[in-house]
Amino acid sequence: MYKIAKENLSALFRLIAETRELYLPVRTAGQTNYAAWSEDAEVDIDTLKTVKSAKDAFFPQSEGLYTVKKEGKKISVEPEALKEQDFVVFGMKACDVKGLEVLDKVFLSEPVDTFYAARRDHGTVVAMACHEPEETCFCKVFGVDAANPASDVTVWTVGEDLYWKALTEKGEALTEAVKGLLTSADDAAVEAEKETIHKILENLPYMNLSLEGWNGDALSEKFDSPIWEELYKSCLACGTCTFVCPTCQCYDIKDYSAGDKVSRYRCWDSCMYSDFTMMAHGNNRTSQMQRFRQRFMHKLVYYPANNDGMYSCVGCGRCVEKCPQALNIVKVIKAFQNQGGEK
Amino acid sequence: MSLENKEFKPKIVAFCCNWCSYAGADLAGSSRLTYPADVKIIRVPCSCRVNPMFILRAFEKGADGVIMCGCHPGDCHYSTGNFYARRRMTLLFSMLDYIGVENGRTRVEWVSAAEGVKFSETMNSFVEKIYSLGENVRLGDLRCKN
Amino acid sequence: MQELVNRAKELLADGTVARVLGWKAGDLPYNPEPAYFEKAEELVDFVYNGFCGANLSKYMIEASKLEGKTMVCLKPCDTYSFNQLIKEHRVDRDKAYIVGVGCKGKLDIEKIRKQGIKGIELIQGAELTDEADTLKIQTIYGDKTCAYADAMLERCHVCKGKEHMVYDELIGDSNETKDADRFDEVAKLETMSPEEKFAFFQKELSKCIRCNACRNVCPACSCRKCVFDSTKFDSSQKANVDSFEEKMFHIIRAFHVAGRCTDCGECSRVCPQGIPLHLFNRKFIKDIDELYGEYQAGADITSKAPLTNYTFEDAEPSIVGKRG
Repeated sequence: MYKIAKENLSALFRLIAETRELYLPVRTAGQTNYAAWSEDAEVDIDTLKTVKSAKDAFFPQSEGLYTVKKEGKKISVEPEALKEQDFVVFGMKACDVKGLEVLDKVFLSEPVDTFYAARRDHGTVVAMACHEPEETCFCKVFGVDAANPASDVTVWTVGEDLYWKALTEKGEALTEAVKGLLTSADDAAVEAEKETIHKILENLPYMNLSLEGWNGDALSEKFDSPIWEELYKSCLACGTCTFVCPTCQCYDIKDYSAGDKVSRYRCWDSCMYSDFTMMAHGNNRTSQMQRFRQRFMHKLVYYPANNDGMYSCVGCGRCVEKCPQALNIVKVIKAFQNQGGEK
Repeated sequence: MSLENKEFKPKIVAFCCNWCSYAGADLAGSSRLTYPADVKIIRVPCSCRVNPMFILRAFEKGADGVIMCGCHPGDCHYSTGNFYARRRMTLLFSMLDYIGVENGRTRVEWVSAAEGVKFSETMNSFVEKIYSLGENVRLGDLRCKN
Repeated sequence: MQELVNRAKELLADGTVARVLGWKAGDLPYNPEPAYFEKAEELVDFVYNGFCGANLSKYMIEASKLEGKTMVCLKPCDTYSFNQLIKEHRVDRDKAYIVGVGCKGKLDIEKIRKQGIKGIELIQGAELTDEADTLKIQTIYGDKTCAYADAMLERCHVCKGKEHMVYDELIGDSNETKDADRFDEVAKLETMSPEEKFAFFQKELSKCIRCNACRNVCPACSCRKCVFDSTKFDSSQKANVDSFEEKMFHIIRAFHVAGRCTDCGECSRVCPQGIPLHLFNRKFIKDIDELYGEYQAGADITSKAPLTNYTFEDAEPSIVGKRG
């Protein structure tokens, strides 16, 4: 266990950035999101939840796949290079780290997504324990411990210090690189901080949400429930919930024509959109109710059915905070609970 | 090829209505009046056909200036098309100015079928203006840059 | 609020309306959601408080297609949107029983969070009955207070007035909340240099995540299929790879509602990234007012919209460079 004074953090960031790319929460025009570090970036590690999750660092909202160029009668195809530069994502919370686990199961199982795999190989995650969890958090429900994020390096904020502990080989390597700025410390302060966090978590309103009845076997029971007809009605069909979500992994592949060349790229898609999974024959989800149901069924039923019961929601609460009309996954879970045995 | 050394050759898009301005361009040609080859004319049925999106698209795909020409107000082949176009373009240009795009990059001129000279003069002065403003960097799509 | 519930029960009971469109209490102190109520007993969940900011006019497009009348609760600013929708034949006036609800300014949870208040358990002072000018907020990190005005949505500070433009009956009182001019920010931007303006908008729009919340919530964006959703349209509508797409989307979105936008402020309210989208709409409104005469969309249902109208003497587009 090491520690570093908060006032030395900019020196730490500068040092990391010398050898690696560094992504961390940066405030731009009033909002905090993950962005590349630079000398004049306004780093903000105090905000608990960035608007978008750190998903972008591994699975960017838009990324090129290949470019087709035409020169005379010759056509050439240039694939986009895979990530080769080591990088560090600093400040991810326990829920976002768990989110990566969800993405791993999708992108790293056969057929492996090479773009994602390259980023995972070169990325080191410095996770940060949640100092002051908020009322919208419900990570505990999905087995996430906000006080003990499991990643390459974990840091805890205690008073004016940041405690630093490497957990993996990658984490050790990073620690070695910045050792000059760290001082040894015992873990008494961290243990106390963990206890404080756990106490706060106990009192959060959503932490005791029950997931009873939600599992891979509940398919037809949940799918056919009349409750969806009630729940979706105020949904605007915007993509806010999916785009701020650390686990939503659907993407669309599109072409962009720039005259003499065409670039094929992929970008996040949202099951809330009318053109989601659009095929030549049309769309297999024709109403907003079906699209709305898809999102929650995927998180709580389809994904667990394919991944040994693991849910693809991590309880970060971003959708709870950001939904324009105050709909969210917690309300959905509760609605089913309240209607109990009714079909 | 580095951008600094490259000689600036502007791309300029001119939307011309079928009934007046396009005929004006024809007259300019048959009268052997000159205007720079940087101008690419796109014929539209009426200036009113020009959707604000056309203007933005042109900039996206690499135009450095966009000019729209139509019949003089009151002379529209369809009576009132250019009146609507006038309001639309005024608002759009004002918006572009508001978000920080140099306002010389867009222009509207009314050119009749008899005004070959005006057409040529308009294009010459517009191209000159774009040369003075330089490359459009604020409204282009990076993917269209080489 | 009780008055609203009682009236809703009466209207449901005597068959005047088939359903009530209002707000349902949330599970946190600040997250009521728009909801339909079809039976009197469902109304136990009905709520109307400071956090009921959503403009329900847009839902009336769908509700107009349903059997029977819908009782809808509209705040003064929402009624402008409803009028505009009547004018565009997107809602059916006969299918709506409009209860004009009083408004004392609507609250924005983001503004409360911005003051560093987190872990919210209870908020007192957001109920309509309250005359309190301070919100008492109980959080897991101690008790906090916040002035009501400091927690209000931007649009309430530049309120158009508390008069309902269209209604069947009125319930509840209103308080004046206006303390700024809606064009102040636009005017300030107009005086900046092109470089400063560009830097400002570039920074704001770089946050855009293309979620389309601004479009989908907008009562003026009532197209069945948006041009940006067309598969035949060459647009990377979901990609934020490059700043151009965002600029084009927001300019065109604002342009498509120019002259029809009532300035209800929903776009800015819902933006998850807090982009001040009203600055685009208000720029068009300001220009229209200055160039073609004062016009308030939704103030009536008969006047011609500025962009479907003209005069021979209209300003030429070159005025843009000359106005300075």
